[in-house]
Amino acid sequence: MIQFAGVHKWFNQLHVLNDINLRITPGEVLVVCGPSGSGKSTLIRTINQLEPIDKGKLVVDGMDLLDKKTDINKLRAEIGFVFQQFNLYPHLSVLGNITLAPLKIRKMPKKEAEEQAMTLLARVGLAEKRDAYPSQLSGGQQQRVAIARALAMKPKIMLFDEPTSALDPEMIGEVLAVMQGLAGTGITMVVVTHEMGFAREVAHRVAFMDHGVVLEEAKPEEFFRNPQHERAQQFLKQLLSPMH
Amino acid sequence: MLTYQFDWSVVTSGKYFEWLVSGFMVTLKLSVVGIILAFIVGLLIAVMRMSHFRPVRWFALAYLEFFRNTPLLVQIFFWYFGSYKILPQAVNDWLNSTNFEFAAAVIALTIYTSAFIAEDIRSGVLSIPKEQMEAARSAGFSYLRSMQYIILPQAVRITVPPLVNQFLNLAKNSSLAMTIGVMELTYQARQVESYTFKGFEAFTAATIVYLVLSTSITALVHLYDKRVLNPSRAV
Repeated sequence: MIQFAGVHKWFNQLHVLNDINLRITPGEVLVVCGPSGSGKSTLIRTINQLEPIDKGKLVVDGMDLLDKKTDINKLRAEIGFVFQQFNLYPHLSVLGNITLAPLKIRKMPKKEAEEQAMTLLARVGLAEKRDAYPSQLSGGQQQRVAIARALAMKPKIMLFDEPTSALDPEMIGEVLAVMQGLAGTGITMVVVTHEMGFAREVAHRVAFMDHGVVLEEAKPEEFFRNPQHERAQQFLKQLLSPMH
Repeated sequence: MLTYQFDWSVVTSGKYFEWLVSGFMVTLKLSVVGIILAFIVGLLIAVMRMSHFRPVRWFALAYLEFFRNTPLLVQIFFWYFGSYKILPQAVNDWLNSTNFEFAAAVIALTIYTSAFIAEDIRSGVLSIPKEQMEAARSAGFSYLRSMQYIILPQAVRITVPPLVNQFLNLAKNSSLAMTIGVMELTYQARQVESYTFKGFEAFTAATIVYLVLSTSITALVHLYDKRVLNPSRAV
């Protein structure tokens, strides 16, 4: 579904992605973790070309991202993206946020788009918030609406870029629960997160990044029990007991 | 010792009152048509000014600098006395059979004001967080569609106060149309003064009407803002 082959990216002098080789199969849930500045957010943002790559080959859903003939807008419509800061459209109601892209891009009839939105809102537990505006919602609620907004396009791939990092601790669970409900439904998920409990329970595979390099790829049980790379060991130790 | 005899009846009834009313109707028409057109053209120029395509951006920049930095009166004279000279005869005949003064005044007011509106909207767009564009592009919207559905609606909402200023400027500037013979409010007040020598009454009446017009525009835009544009904004 997603294939990186020898992918490089630079921000001026900074080598943010260094020879990335990754293969993500349909329906798989991949968690990408690593210290801040390791390039994991950049990695996930290359998949829908929010960040273009400089070198290598990146094929998403059969489309080559470096091929000039690839219609990036069409590809993006198949990929849901969930941001750390939610990025809901503040001028639209919850319903408006969820129906905008289906109405304008998929040309879905209004009634159908609204029914679908209500189904999705029920799924994320926010049916009663349909007429609220983003500024009237808590962070956790906004992020759940953002997930519903992405799902409204019936994407084949969902990308999550630190979806719980901006949330108060008591709201993290409600968002992770929605994401857990998505895993295993056939949708391909790439999740950048520090939530190791989520990685352990939901991920099919964990990739550990540092300094723009994928240092380790493993099944979660192997990764957490017996991380191979020294920096992965350090990282996990830090997460488990941040005081040391 | 004041010897001037006030006679307010001149402007509150009869023929001269009707002149003022008809002048007001023309001013109202100039203002409403001008505001609508200037807003649309201003939006277009603002988008062109931010285009990634260089010639389009340069055209918008030239437009802005040209029309912001020349006097409105000269622009009005240009459209009225200058523009038609380079048009074919057939077009001129048609123009003369229509209300060309009015059209020239609308064109001048629209273009002049649109340059200011475009800059206000552009600064509104620049103040929208770049993540909004990212969210829109991620959903599959093209750059222009993102502008249309996500960025501009937000930019216009926060641009309301400067936009009201531009709308008021346009309404007040419409008085310059009298110089090319558009029979708007100032023109009619001048007429009343010429016929009656009651300049104080005539221009006091005109002043009051302009005041009412301006405060009405402000109130209408704010009402629209509250009811339609920003129903969620805590007041």
